[in-house]
Amino acid sequence: MTPPSAPIVSRKTYVWVWVTLLLLLALNWGLAQLNLGRFNLVATLAIPFIQSLLMILYLMHVRAGPALTRVFVAAGFIWLIIMLDLALSDYFTRGAVPGMMRRSWEHGAWPTPTTEFPAQTPASSPASHR
Amino acid sequence: MAETRGALAEQFDDMPQQLEASTLGMWTFLATEVLFFGALILSYVDYRHFYWEAFAAAGRHAKILHGTINTFLLLTSSLTMSLAIQAAQQGRNRPLLGFLLLTIFLGLCFLSVKGLEYKSDIDEHLVPGRHFTHELPVQGQIYWFLYWMLTGVHSLHLVAGIGVLVVIAWLCARGTFSQAYHNPVIISGLYWHFVDLVWVWLYALLYLINRH
Repeated sequence: MTPPSAPIVSRKTYVWVWVTLLLLLALNWGLAQLNLGRFNLVATLAIPFIQSLLMILYLMHVRAGPALTRVFVAAGFIWLIIMLDLALSDYFTRGAVPGMMRRSWEHGAWPTPTTEFPAQTPASSPASHR
Repeated sequence: MAETRGALAEQFDDMPQQLEASTLGMWTFLATEVLFFGALILSYVDYRHFYWEAFAAAGRHAKILHGTINTFLLLTSSLTMSLAIQAAQQGRNRPLLGFLLLTIFLGLCFLSVKGLEYKSDIDEHLVPGRHFTHELPVQGQIYWFLYWMLTGVHSLHLVAGIGVLVVIAWLCARGTFSQAYHNPVIISGLYWHFVDLVWVWLYALLYLINRH
């Protein structure tokens, strides 16, 4: 008798996870073909999030694994969230304080995309804000 | 358990304890990989926020067919990798070798499709620099720089993953693994699934966003 090394997941579970992953892929591809306005962005990002959860929990055995592993896994992604959150809370709130840089989506805050190189004026160049 | 005596490092009581330590070590490495790809994705989000119109225009030149086929290939390779792990846990060596070779094959298919995609990207002058296409705004070069960087680094990870699996398959053919000892199969499977996980995000960010 040999001790169990890692949770043995049934073949049925693996196949179901695979089918779900493929259905989500098809759904994501399909939704990208439709014009859903702002919902496009939400769907495009929500679907890989669900796919990632399925992979981490079932394929990478985190769901049935020891609690210590779950803490390590969570730590990896929590630091990623902190990094993204701190950076984005800067970019998304610029212009909220009078006298600071305007929000980038306001007209004219950034140079309009052209096929030419943009004129490097201090007011319009993103490099000058770095 | 005589067959595992050589494989069990002396600091561990038994094989499950060794596997738990190896799994933690692998996840620690994967956490650094999360931040490695995370930094690139942050710069993508950052510049997409600044130049979203240019990014939308540039993103429409990404080959969605190649990307979708590749996502299918990698998701399927994750299934075969999982089945390889299951076979290893049950001590069935022939299915283990078969699933490992199938996983390697699917990885090579991914790289081939990627190569074809790179070829048409290059033909369409989508490489940032002096010869970048004039059909796109100049900021589209930032998108394409991130495209080459993210997919290139991801492909290198896949090449590394294939190399690992070749070694595992070779060890399997030599009869190294058994129901009692197969930790390397499980650990390399973690890496393989992670590379797949990263691709799912790259597919969404580079191919799907801003088709409208």
